[in-house]
Amino acid sequence: MGCEQMTNCIRMEKVCYKVGGRTILTDFDLTLEHGINRTILGVSGSGKTTILKLLLGLIHPQSGRVFINGMEITGQPEAAYREQRKNIAIVFQMGALFDSMTVGENVGYRLFEEGRLSQNEIEEIVREKLRFVGVEPALDLYPAELSGGMKKRVAIARALAADPEYIFFDEPTTGLDPIGVYNIVSLMNRLQEAGKTTLMVTHDLPTAYATSQRFSLLHESRLAFEGTEEELKACKLPMVQEFLQPTDASLFV
Amino acid sequence: MIRLAVIDQHVLQFLARFQEFFQLAMQSVGRMFRKPYYYRDFAIQFDKLGFSSLFICVLTGLFTGMVMALQALIQLKPFAATSYVGGMVAVTMIKELGPVLAALMVSGRVGSAITAELGTMVVTEQVDAMRVEGTDIIQRLVTPRLKAMLLALPLLTIITDAVAMLGGYLISTGYGISPAMYISTFTQFMRPLDYLEGVVKPAVFGFLITMIACQTGLNTGGGAEGVGNSAKKAVVIASVVVLMVDFFIAKIFVMFR
Repeated sequence: MGCEQMTNCIRMEKVCYKVGGRTILTDFDLTLEHGINRTILGVSGSGKTTILKLLLGLIHPQSGRVFINGMEITGQPEAAYREQRKNIAIVFQMGALFDSMTVGENVGYRLFEEGRLSQNEIEEIVREKLRFVGVEPALDLYPAELSGGMKKRVAIARALAADPEYIFFDEPTTGLDPIGVYNIVSLMNRLQEAGKTTLMVTHDLPTAYATSQRFSLLHESRLAFEGTEEELKACKLPMVQEFLQPTDASLFV
Repeated sequence: MIRLAVIDQHVLQFLARFQEFFQLAMQSVGRMFRKPYYYRDFAIQFDKLGFSSLFICVLTGLFTGMVMALQALIQLKPFAATSYVGGMVAVTMIKELGPVLAALMVSGRVGSAITAELGTMVVTEQVDAMRVEGTDIIQRLVTPRLKAMLLALPLLTIITDAVAMLGGYLISTGYGISPAMYISTFTQFMRPLDYLEGVVKPAVFGFLITMIACQTGLNTGGGAEGVGNSAKKAVVIASVVVLMVDFFIAKIFVMFR
């Protein structure tokens, strides 16, 4: 069934995206169904983050279609799908915290913007989300005063504040120590238990295996593989093999 | 053929940027009267754009007024017309130099800061994060800056003008010009429309500086180097545009004299 008939999925169909004469995606298909957590794998610079931005409507493809819960957003003005996009939150690679605001203001940002709740109600939600990610004492600090791991956890708290259905993670474990990685993986698992659907882009295989049921591999602007962990490990395609087990032949490729 | 294609590409790029500028300008003006008004952001921006530029505008006004009076007095003395120095300083400052100098100072100081701030927000994905959170970027980031500038630059210009008159007077006292004589020539040289010109110009310049700075900032790419390039580009474009537009506004006011 196409996503235009499905109200609980995010989908891209035959998407082509070029920037500055460079092809990033060619006829790329992806479906994120509610409750099925997915990871998009690929080497650095292969266009994984671009996929997230296309799904969020932050950029638009040259051809192909993108749907959020049954609504096509391709070519629409941003105001037209702002409501649909409220079902999605994203944790950017570097956190993308607003550096002129405190941690508390960052986490409560969307709630303040919506203006539906009182100051006290927002503060309560902010504290609850910060407690969930384990950084409540940082409430009044500014992003510049936080470590990399704390920034990512605050970014997760911000993503959770408006209770979205889907959460996108852009390289959530990059640059973190093993304890930091463990914290993020455990948080993602808790989110999934709480009914959130996650879509992660990464090249970190252990994190991907620990948090996802389905995997897509991006290779030279095309979808090279789609399937479960077992299918991925059993796949004999050379690009999949090379990604999973790089050899000397992969040097400086 | 290749050269022609490159020129063609540059022309198309320029036209696209021009169209983008007008689109952003229209959207920003439209959003000035629409909720949410972001009063807090407006107050912060007014402080950043206005109060922080006060000192350089005062210095600029003081020394420009002093040097103008000094040069005018030297020229007027052989004709025994030194009493007209007040009027000369007033007409030059209020109609031309006050608005232009204040705008150039603000463009260099504030225009670059706006571009660098927005550019950094773009390259660190803060703008994308705001969009995902459901924020209208123009309403949140551009409109408060525009409102603050539209109020701050005319006020700064009035202060610059006033300080320049004072500077001119300080120099004139050395040539035996009394305060009454200095001020009395204002009305001989200035018409009500001239005062209006002195306020309309900074408002137009403020609008242009903000829009150029915001557009350049929001189109930043390429990390720290990109932010630096954008800031430099915004200041250069805004400064040149201020000087060009100054001529056209002056021409329009001359037509109504």
